[in-house]
Amino acid sequence: MSTDSKLENPIVVPVDSAVDAKAAKEPFWTPKSKRLLTDPFNDDNPITVQVLGVCSALAVTTQLKTALVMSVSVVVVLVFSNVIISAIRNTIPSRIRMIVQLLVISGLVVMVDQVLKAFAYDVARQLSVYIGLIITNCIIMGRLEAMAMSSKPSASLLDGIGNGVGYGAILIVVAFFRELFGSGTLLGFQVIPQVVYDMGYVNNGIMLTSAAAMFIISIVIWIQRSRNPKLVDIS
Amino acid sequence: MDLVNIFIKAAFLENMVLAYFLGMCSFLAVSKTVKTAFGLGIAVIFVLAITAPLNWAVNTYFLKEGALGFIHPSLAAVDLTFLQFIVFIATIASMVQLVEIIVERFFPPLYNALGIFLPLITVNCAILGGSLFLIEREYAFDESVVFGLGSGFGFFLAIVALASIREKLRYSHIPPAMRGLGMAFLVTGLMGLAFMSFAGISL
Repeated sequence: MSTDSKLENPIVVPVDSAVDAKAAKEPFWTPKSKRLLTDPFNDDNPITVQVLGVCSALAVTTQLKTALVMSVSVVVVLVFSNVIISAIRNTIPSRIRMIVQLLVISGLVVMVDQVLKAFAYDVARQLSVYIGLIITNCIIMGRLEAMAMSSKPSASLLDGIGNGVGYGAILIVVAFFRELFGSGTLLGFQVIPQVVYDMGYVNNGIMLTSAAAMFIISIVIWIQRSRNPKLVDIS
Repeated sequence: MDLVNIFIKAAFLENMVLAYFLGMCSFLAVSKTVKTAFGLGIAVIFVLAITAPLNWAVNTYFLKEGALGFIHPSLAAVDLTFLQFIVFIATIASMVQLVEIIVERFFPPLYNALGIFLPLITVNCAILGGSLFLIEREYAFDESVVFGLGSGFGFFLAIVALASIREKLRYSHIPPAMRGLGMAFLVTGLMGLAFMSFAGISL
């Protein structure tokens, strides 16, 4: 069992950047850290189980493109803020904890916003206030409080990636159906052929409203909890 | 009349929760009983009504292009709008901290009832969203006060309505996988559709 204890107590590398954290992660591939990556996808999904990050999930999913950009932005902010806060967690005084977290998150979001405005201006226009609202995205604060404040940067990194991907998965599913049925396109490309329109098919207008996103998420929850009985009545 | 229009629009037509779907997390998490929903609704009205004009003032006198001209003419060309997110969040966080201290001192029962949800209002998307919206629409000071009050009232209305529905639904026959959160999403979606019926109303 000495090999197990070696896995449980890895070499402690002082980390103060995401790059160092990635390097320290390599020899640390245990079942527990694997679960940090896979749990948020299904068992502990931020949107459908933890009820975090729901606001943006509804508003940006009218098109697949904006949903993809939003997911990537959230993953980036989540991962970097997790790692940064985790690296400085022992030096933050408890009273100003939230303010420090918000400052770190805001700084990252401002950077992401500027990058988006520079390289993907039309998408940034469509996303308008919702990029700024990543600051208040409950997932980021929630994971900081639950994970980064009490774990090593390597674990926080994995947790950030896991939750970000779980969030992104739901976003993409919702955006897929909303764009497909609401405008007949996917990523801007016309998917439903003109022939179907000529036969009398009409785009579903409700899909373009936010209410449809609610319905789709409730169906996703229904399917998820039917297949995963331990999630029933959890929230 | 214009101010009343803004209030009605903010509360019903462009409801923070049901039209823009901001503030969803606490909306869905706190709406299990009417009592907690009521407390959170009141707190949100309070915070929105204070932070909306406050952020307007910060934006007008510090962040907008040319705003810093009152300190020294040479600063008149400075445009600090890129700092909006950070500064707004900072003012909201300090305001919520202040509200928490006041509530704890003068209204202890309300403080105990709200518990963790009072500091959690800081990260409520609806609060930051309210400030960002009023900047985007370029409201004046009185309009921003009314907008804050109206948005807060709209949030209050929506969360108390959902809480009452969820309390009633507890005794209905719902498939196990839909119970709780799934049903809450569905009902909120239906409420959103219902509130769309207000579109086009103006006084």
